[in-house]
Parts: sequence; structure tokens; C-alpha cells
Amino acid sequence: MDDRVLVSVRGLEKRYGPGCGSCRELTGPDRGTNVCPQCGTVVAMAGVSFDVREGEILGVVGESGSGKSTLVQCIYFDQEATRGEIRFRGQNNDDDILGLPRSEKRKLRGRLMGMVYQNPLRGLRMDITSGANVAEKLLEADLFHYGRIRARAAELLARTEIPPAYIDRLPRSLSGGMQQRIQIAKALANNPPLILLDEVTSGLDVSVQARVLDLIRELQRELAVSMIVVSHDMGVIRLLADRTLVMKDGCVVEQGLTDQVLEDPQHSYTQLLVQSAL
Amino acid sequence: MTTTMMSCQGLSKAFVMHTRGGTRIQAFHDVSFGLSEGEFVGVSGPSGAGKSSLLKCLYRTYLPTAGSVWYTDGAAETRDLASAPEQAILRLRRQEIGYISQFFPVIPRVSALDTISNSMVLRGFPREVSIQRARDLLERLAIPRPLWDLSPSTFSGGEKQRINIIHAVIARPRLLLLDEPTASLDAASAQEAVSLIRELKKQGTAMIGIFHDRSLLMSLSDQVLAMEAA
Repeated sequence: MDDRVLVSVRGLEKRYGPGCGSCRELTGPDRGTNVCPQCGTVVAMAGVSFDVREGEILGVVGESGSGKSTLVQCIYFDQEATRGEIRFRGQNNDDDILGLPRSEKRKLRGRLMGMVYQNPLRGLRMDITSGANVAEKLLEADLFHYGRIRARAAELLARTEIPPAYIDRLPRSLSGGMQQRIQIAKALANNPPLILLDEVTSGLDVSVQARVLDLIRELQRELAVSMIVVSHDMGVIRLLADRTLVMKDGCVVEQGLTDQVLEDPQHSYTQLLVQSAL
Repeated sequence: MTTTMMSCQGLSKAFVMHTRGGTRIQAFHDVSFGLSEGEFVGVSGPSGAGKSSLLKCLYRTYLPTAGSVWYTDGAAETRDLASAPEQAILRLRRQEIGYISQFFPVIPRVSALDTISNSMVLRGFPREVSIQRARDLLERLAIPRPLWDLSPSTFSGGEKQRINIIHAVIARPRLLLLDEPTASLDAASAQEAVSLIRELKKQGTAMIGIFHDRSLLMSLSDQVLAMEAA
């Protein structure tokens, strides 16, 4: 692996259904569907390959059902990829980590990755305090000392601009913007080199959205973490991403510098997407 | 003797509009020129001749359709910007290639002072040095002090353009692309901007520039690249 590459994804694929010999051929952007007409299998994602470098923000855009959430969920091991390889520099001798046993993957995830979901219900437990939510992630990386966990949780909540008193409150009782901040604090907990953000501002109103985006930008600059930012919003991608992948019907149809993808889109779908943006 | 920094060979750009039944629009065709350290290439031609498109292709905001742009960077490594990997382009943009576009893409909610000093910090200068130079330049281009801590998104067209210029020149790029940098400025700030550009040129920055003011273009240029409507 190139020494600046942090994560390398090759031929990633996710299917729901039995699959047949024709799935790949009969689905994808050229066919305009991700459902195989022969066997009914949903090919949520196929043949996705890219690298993420250290400190880089990679954007992923595409419409609903294009496979962009599936992509980050497979990287985060929330879903099991049907096929493909993921290499993480310095891990497993730079060899594929998808094939590792489940317990091993859980450990890697705790140390290497943080995830922020579109819906806080997915990323947070609403029946335990904000502090405990962050603590959960710290436990994943084998930090067990109560005082140190609490101190680190307080530090992270402060860093994500959450009032100190909120540490003992249930996320349920907080606003959507605050819940997203707690998710971000949790994702950052173990100083992971990679953060995955899946439509994190989609459910927020515009002014809150802006402040969460500012926070993400600041943290990224300060910590120099790598990020994969999934969004259907071109504005979010333009603001955050250095490079961008465009997905449609489970496949990457185009990738390039973000300004190039937005100003000189090559693929017909990207041209349509850019023209449709407000 | 100065060595060539950039050699643009047979560069062409056409847009294929898939949403318009594959209509092909030729922006410019077969452009070639060479550029050395401290040299200024002025681009002239009527509206629609592809002048801005040429600059965008050199910056890789547009993907050239044909031809090559050989660029020798500060570490004496030569590569074709038309086909170089994205990471290489990002690094060059951060470290040595500046671009003053007609419309400055400001990040909302970031102050003018931070916006411009950050571009210098990104090139590895200490924060204090960067902020000091940013202040000097804001002063020099007569941006009123109360505006320094506000986001340029709230500025007038002329003020925004001055921020755009400062942003591009602050870290003294090796190569600077200028697209009508003085178009929306009053006479006094235009003059100050031009003197900044001349200073930079004297210090060795190579430039490719579009100016609608013909006499200004001629006075800055070491060579003129005349483009015609495609």
C-alpha cells in the first residue's frame, strides 16, 4: 500500500437475495436498476473501489438507493459485504480485514473507526446518558477506569460544544442538533484515524445544519482525521470534500476532484444531479 | 537562464452535454504555450473564446479533452496536470498554484482574516506570521477594519474580489492563474492589486492572466496568447 493511503477498498459488493450468474450484468447504472430481473436479488452495491488517504475528506454523493449508505455500513461492519476487500494500513499486515473473525473486526472497529448516522436512534442509545453513550465507545477500545472514562467523555462533549450539564442527561431529551453532536463526540472517542459520516445533517434545520458542518470542518482540520462523508446534498459535499465519488444504482459512475465533479461532470447522471441542485 | 515551468501542448476542451442529447460544445481547441519563472502570459480574445475555460483546465477544475500541461513543481518534478492523480493536484493547489477566479467560493461563517490566513497556514507558515501578513494585505487593499472578522459572504462584490486576490497571493504561489482579478474593483484598489501582482511577478511567480483592460494586459504581459471564438 502507498504510505499515504489509510484505507483501500476494492471490489466491494453487497447483495440481498440468492444471486445468480446474471446479477452484475443485469443491474447497475446502465440498466437503471439495482434489482436483478432474473432472480430478484437486490444488488445494493457492486464493484466499488477507492482509496482514502491520511487526513483526506472523501465525499460520496448519489440519490436514495444508490448504495452510498450501504458502502459506509459495510466499511463499518454494520453490514456484511458479500464480496470485496478492505485494507487498513498497519492492520493485519496490510491485508484484507473483511475476512477476519467477527470479534476481531469489532476490536478493529473500536480503535480505527467512528460512525455518525443520519438517524441518532441508530448511533445512540436513548435510555442511557450522553456521557454513557460516549463511554460505550471508550469501552470498545478497552478503557475501563471510571474516572478516566468520565473525564474523557466530558472532554469530548466540550469539544463538540455540548454544555457540561448534558453529560448526565438522556439523549432523548435533547434536540436533534445536540444528538448529532453526541454522535460526533462518540465517533471521536478513541481518536480513530477514520470517521464515517452518513447524511449527518439531513434531518436538521438549516441553521443547526450549518453549525454541525462547521464543527465537522474544524475537528477535521484540528485532528487531521480521514473522513468519508456521504450526502445527497451537493452543498455539503462542496463544503467538506476534497475528492468525490458519485454513485448510482450501486456503482461508482464517476470520481474526481470535488470542484471538477461539480463544475465539469463527465457522466450523464452526474450532469443531471448537478443541474438538479438548487 | 530561466527554465520552463509550464509547457501547455495542444490543449483542447469540449463539453459533452448528455442531458442535451449529447450536444458537444467546443470551449477551445489546440492551445500551446510555454511559461517560465517570473513570466506573464496574457490571454486575450473575445467573450466565448474559452479564456476562462483554459484557466480552469490548467487548474483541473475542468478536465481537458486533449493535450497536456507539463508542469515542473518546486521540487523539480515534472508531471502532466491534465492527467496527474487527484492527490498531486490537491497538493500543488495547496502549496504552489494559486487561482483568482471571477467568483470567489467563500466558506460561509469563516472570517475574512481566517479565510486568507488559513491558505498560508496550509502551506506550512506559522499562524502568527500568516495572520500578520493577512492584516498587512487587508490594510493595503483598503478593506475596512470592521469587516476583517466577518465572513466575506456578507461583503460587496469589490470587497469579495479583494479578499479573493489576497487569498491567492498571500503565500506567494509559484504559479498564479488570474481571471479578470480587477474587473469589479474601483480605480484605486485596482491599481493596488496590480502593483501586488507586479511585485509577485518580480519575485518569480509565473502568471497566466485574463484582463479585459487591454492596455493593462499589454503592460503586464511578456507574451500574449490570442484566442479566437471556437
